[in-house]
This record gives sequence, structure tokens and C-alpha cells, in this order.
Amino acid sequence: MEIIPLIIAAAISGGTSLLFAVLGGILNEKAGVINLGTEGIMLIGAVMSAIVFIQTNNLFITLAVVLIATGFLGLLHAFLCITLRANQTVSGLAITLFGTGLSAYLGKSVAGVPIPVSIPKVELDWLDAIPIIGQIFSGLDIFIWLSIALSIILYVYMYKTAWGLHLKAVGDNPSTSDAMGISVAAYRYFHVIAGSMLMGVAGFYLIMVYSPNWIEGMTSGRGWIAIALIIFARWNPIYALFGAYFFGGLDSLGFRMQIYEFNIPSYFLKMIPYAATIFILMFIGWKNRNKPSVEPKSLGNPYFREQRL
Amino acid sequence: MSQKSSFEPLPVELKQDNKKLGNVPFRLEYDAHKKGGSWWVPIISIIVALMICAVFILFNGMNPITVYGKMLAGAFGSSFGISETIVKAIPLLLCGLGVAIAYKIAIWNIGAEGQFILGAIGATAVTIFLPNLPGALYIPVMMVVGFAAGAIWGLCTAIPRTYFQVNELISSLMLNYIALLLLDYLVYGPWRDPQGFNFPGTQEFTPYQLLASLGGTRLHFGLIFALAAVILFAFFLAKTRWGYELRLLGANPVAAKNAGINITKHILIVMMISGGLAGFAGAIEVSGVAGRLMYGISPGYGYTAIIVAWLAKLNPWGMIITSVFIGSLIVGGYSVQTIGLPSSFSNMLQGAILFCLIGGEMLSKFKLKKVD
Repeated sequence: MEIIPLIIAAAISGGTSLLFAVLGGILNEKAGVINLGTEGIMLIGAVMSAIVFIQTNNLFITLAVVLIATGFLGLLHAFLCITLRANQTVSGLAITLFGTGLSAYLGKSVAGVPIPVSIPKVELDWLDAIPIIGQIFSGLDIFIWLSIALSIILYVYMYKTAWGLHLKAVGDNPSTSDAMGISVAAYRYFHVIAGSMLMGVAGFYLIMVYSPNWIEGMTSGRGWIAIALIIFARWNPIYALFGAYFFGGLDSLGFRMQIYEFNIPSYFLKMIPYAATIFILMFIGWKNRNKPSVEPKSLGNPYFREQRL
Repeated sequence: MSQKSSFEPLPVELKQDNKKLGNVPFRLEYDAHKKGGSWWVPIISIIVALMICAVFILFNGMNPITVYGKMLAGAFGSSFGISETIVKAIPLLLCGLGVAIAYKIAIWNIGAEGQFILGAIGATAVTIFLPNLPGALYIPVMMVVGFAAGAIWGLCTAIPRTYFQVNELISSLMLNYIALLLLDYLVYGPWRDPQGFNFPGTQEFTPYQLLASLGGTRLHFGLIFALAAVILFAFFLAKTRWGYELRLLGANPVAAKNAGINITKHILIVMMISGGLAGFAGAIEVSGVAGRLMYGISPGYGYTAIIVAWLAKLNPWGMIITSVFIGSLIVGGYSVQTIGLPSSFSNMLQGAILFCLIGGEMLSKFKLKKVD
């Protein structure tokens, strides 16, 4: 059975970009801020990667520029939503529209230029002896391992440290957190910016590894799928890992099935991830219809001290 | 151990607000009840957005004033430009009305793009599957089917939302991608014109299937439909019981629920209208402008409509102005391509406008207050 490791490997490489974006989204939402700018931020991350890498040929500088650029978008979202108390949905939509436009504008010069990048791979020779696991896990690139480590670190951070509990408090009940002496604004700013940077890394990974040349709108809805995955993962970084790989698998399924020449037009195969997102969310909604929601309780609500309840 | 901070006494920080500006005898105070901004907020936002994008133009090594001048001339400088601007404004206005009615009750429909495409597909399906209809019936049937197709696509968002608690933002966006793929499948596959030299589009419509043009320009009868939709929208929202219930639902869902308003029913109806208006716009576009269903029938009208609606603060009359304005940005965007700016420049400008608008609207809720 050669096909199972192949499918899993494809799921992992397709899901890693999603995973970064989901983790970023979880950081945002745990602090009580919806960030619907994921798609736009990923696009900016991707286009900046393309531009900077073609210029400098240096992975570190590229990553640094991506982090700065997308961190700045996060700052913008944070300023609008936290300081100015703007509607988070509209602000996120604005980031997506702006990011889509700006990335197309900036990317005109590098559109279609192949990016000659080789991401360092982690060779685990001792794993090769084990049949399936060896095929899957040896030779994964360094960012895949980084994303797996990041999910674990974030899980520990959110559920096992005092900071993480403060974060939960800020997302659930900001006025109580404020009374406890936690700075709600500082927590929110920090997590929105850090989360946006992770979304930028998602774009970076997408263009550096998954499909290494810039095409306008190349994320094709992955940012929105990532937002859906936050709900799917119940705001838990470890569940996000599996959710992202599941959707990564669906994504690459479209490619693979074309090779096997089923009698289905490729357009319908490409619809699978989008349709699956809706159906899975419906299933989750139906399954949890009588359960209390695990969503951060003040998600989407700006906090201001003068009007607390 | 590190949780110790939670047991410390309340910080004195709470009282420090008045001192934050040092010796300045004023402080900024936020007033949540102040009606956010007035007519000048959108105008200032547009100016600020133009200035921000001017920076990017400078980076591109061009003179912003020349670029904006060129855009203005392209959009309004000739009768052709003006009619093109209005041709673009028609679908924007209809889609804008569609999303606005959903936003009125805080349903974040961003699926106007997909609903538009479905409307276009629906209207085209009439021409393909009913080739022997009496000529005069074509336009009404196409419009109705276009509206219905958009409404059904809207329901595909509303039903998961009402019965399965699926966030409508995500489902409506996913449906956009599905609609786009469906369009590609049809125009590259079964519906492609066999005599079309591989052009991804259907056969051209017969004269009966085309909307009448106004005065020999590219302007078409859809303009009348769009303006009628504005009047109906304004009337129903302001003067009917149903409109009142919608406004109540938008202002205070809890009070609306306690008053016995059936929220589920309202969401379903509103999403049908919202999708239907976008589908109607799609039907008008194929029969009034394109004359056939083809690849890329919508250059993002559904997304741009979000800005049209917000710029007008969801006011139907205001949307007439904002749709023409955004239409002029699109047409102006085409004309700056001749001097080397990509057409995506106008998308960037639209995003920047939306940013400045929401920022400005919230900023206008702050007021300077004298500290005693």
C-alpha cells in the first residue's frame, strides 16, 4: 500500500499553511478579537515573501520582512478594534479587501516568476526503517516541524500557564480581567499582532513550499477555511493540528483524483474543500446544538472601561 | 505562583484616566451613544484613503496627481466614460442594496459575488433550455429566474445559519468559490459556444434576450430596475411593519425576540432578498452588458458592493451616490492601466477607503472634553 503514506504526506504539506493561519486565528479569538483579515494577511505574507526572496535570496530576511509587514496589518486591525472600538467584522473585511488589492498591486512585477527556494529538510534516517511512519515523517521540511511544535507550545501556553489563563479571562470576561489588574488592551494588542504574524507565516509557507510562484489571489479561500477551522478545532491548538491536516488532505485530494482520471470534471473536485467546510460546520452545529459554546464569551465585543457591566 | 497578581489589591490605575494627558486641560472621551459621524465622515475618509494610496503611487515612481487626474478624466471626462461608470454602478447598486438589507439585521452576507454569478447562470439557463419562448417573454422570465437563483444561493447561507448555527460569513464566502467554479465549468464545458473559437463563453443572446439600451449608449434598461429597487428598498424599510421589525431586529435583537418577532423567518426572508437582488444584478449584467454568459462575468462586484453599502452607511439613497463613485474608481482604474499602473490599484484604493471609513466613523465618536 503505497498510497496511504502519499495521501498523509500530501495532507501534511497542504495543511501546514492552514495550520499556521488557524493558530494565528486562535490567538486572535482567544483574546476576544475576531480577525476576518486572514485571507488578506496571508496574501500580503505571500507576496512579500515572493518580492523579498527574489531580491535577496535570503530566507531569514524574507521571513523577517513578512513578520513586520503582517504584524503591521495586525497592528492596524488592533488599533481599529481595540482603541477605536470599530466593528471587528467590518475591520477584518477591510483588511481582506485591502490585502487582496495591495498584494495584486505589489505582486505585478513578480507574477508567475518561479521562486528558486529550497527549504531545509529534516532528515530522520532512523525513522526510515519503520514502514509507513518512516515514509511520512522523514524528510519533512523544517517549517512543518516548526508548526507542529508551535501547536504544542501554544497549547501549553493557553492551558497550562498563568498568562494563558489571563488570556482566556480577557477573551471571556474583560471587565473582570481589568479588575484583576490585567491590561485588557495590552493582551489584545499583543495577541492580535502575534496572530496576524502567524497568518503571514501561513502565506510565506504557501508560496515558499506549497506552490512557489506568485499568482493573484493565490490563497483561494484558504484564509476563510482557516477561520472555519477555528470553530472546527474548538479554539484548541492541538485539534487545530488535525483539522488543518484533514483540510489539507481534502485540498490535495482534488489534485490527486485528477491523476487517477475519474470521470468527474476537475471543477467539481476543486469544490470539495469549500463544500466540505460548510457541511462540517453544519455537522458541528448540529452535534453541539445542546452544548454550551466554547467560543470566547466576549468574542467580537470591544471593551471599554467606562461602560462595563 | 505567577498568578499572584490576581490577589493584589485593585490597581490605582482606574483613577488615572484624567491625568493621562499631563497638563493639557482636555481629554478624549468616548461617547458610545453619539450617532457615529455625519455626512462629512465618508468624504474625509475618501480623501485620507486617496492620500495613503498616493504614497504607493510615489513608490511606483509616478506623480499621484497625474494618476488621480487620469482616473477622473477616464471616469467622467467623456460621455463614454460617464456611461461606462454608470454601467458599472448598476450591478454595484443592486448588490449593495442586497448586502445592505442583510447588514441591517447584522447578517454578514459576503456572498453577493456568488449570488451574482448564480443569477447570471440562471438567466442564461433560460436562453439555453427554453429556446422557443415567445420573444417578449424572455426578459421577464430571465430576470425572475436570475432573482430566484440568487435567492436560492442566499438560502444556502441562511439555512445553515438559522438551523445549524453556521457562521454566515464563512458559508457565504465558500459558496462564492463554488459558484465561481460552477461558472468556469459551464463556460469551459457544456455551455461553451461551439462556434466561439474556444472563447470561454456561451452563444451570444438573441435580440429578444437583450435588455433594451438607453439612447444608443452602452447604458441599458437595468438602470431603471436598479433605481426602482432603491425606491422599493427605502419604502419597505421605512413605511412597512416588516421594515420596522427589521430595524428593531438590527437595533436590539433581544428586544426584538421578546417582542415576539420571528428571527429565523426574518433571516430566511432577508437572505432570499439579499441573494435575489445580487442574482437580479447578475441577470441584468448578462442580458444588458455582456450579451452572453462568459468567463469572469463579475470583476468582483459582490465584494465591491460591501464598500458601496458601508460608504453609504446602508442608506439606499446614499448608495446611488456611492455606487457611481465606486463605479468611477473601477473605470478610472482601467484608464490608469495605460500609464502602467495595474488595474488592481483601484481594488487597493477601495480597501483603503473602507479602512479609513470605519476608523473615521469611530474617531468621530470621540470628543474633546474639558477636564475639571
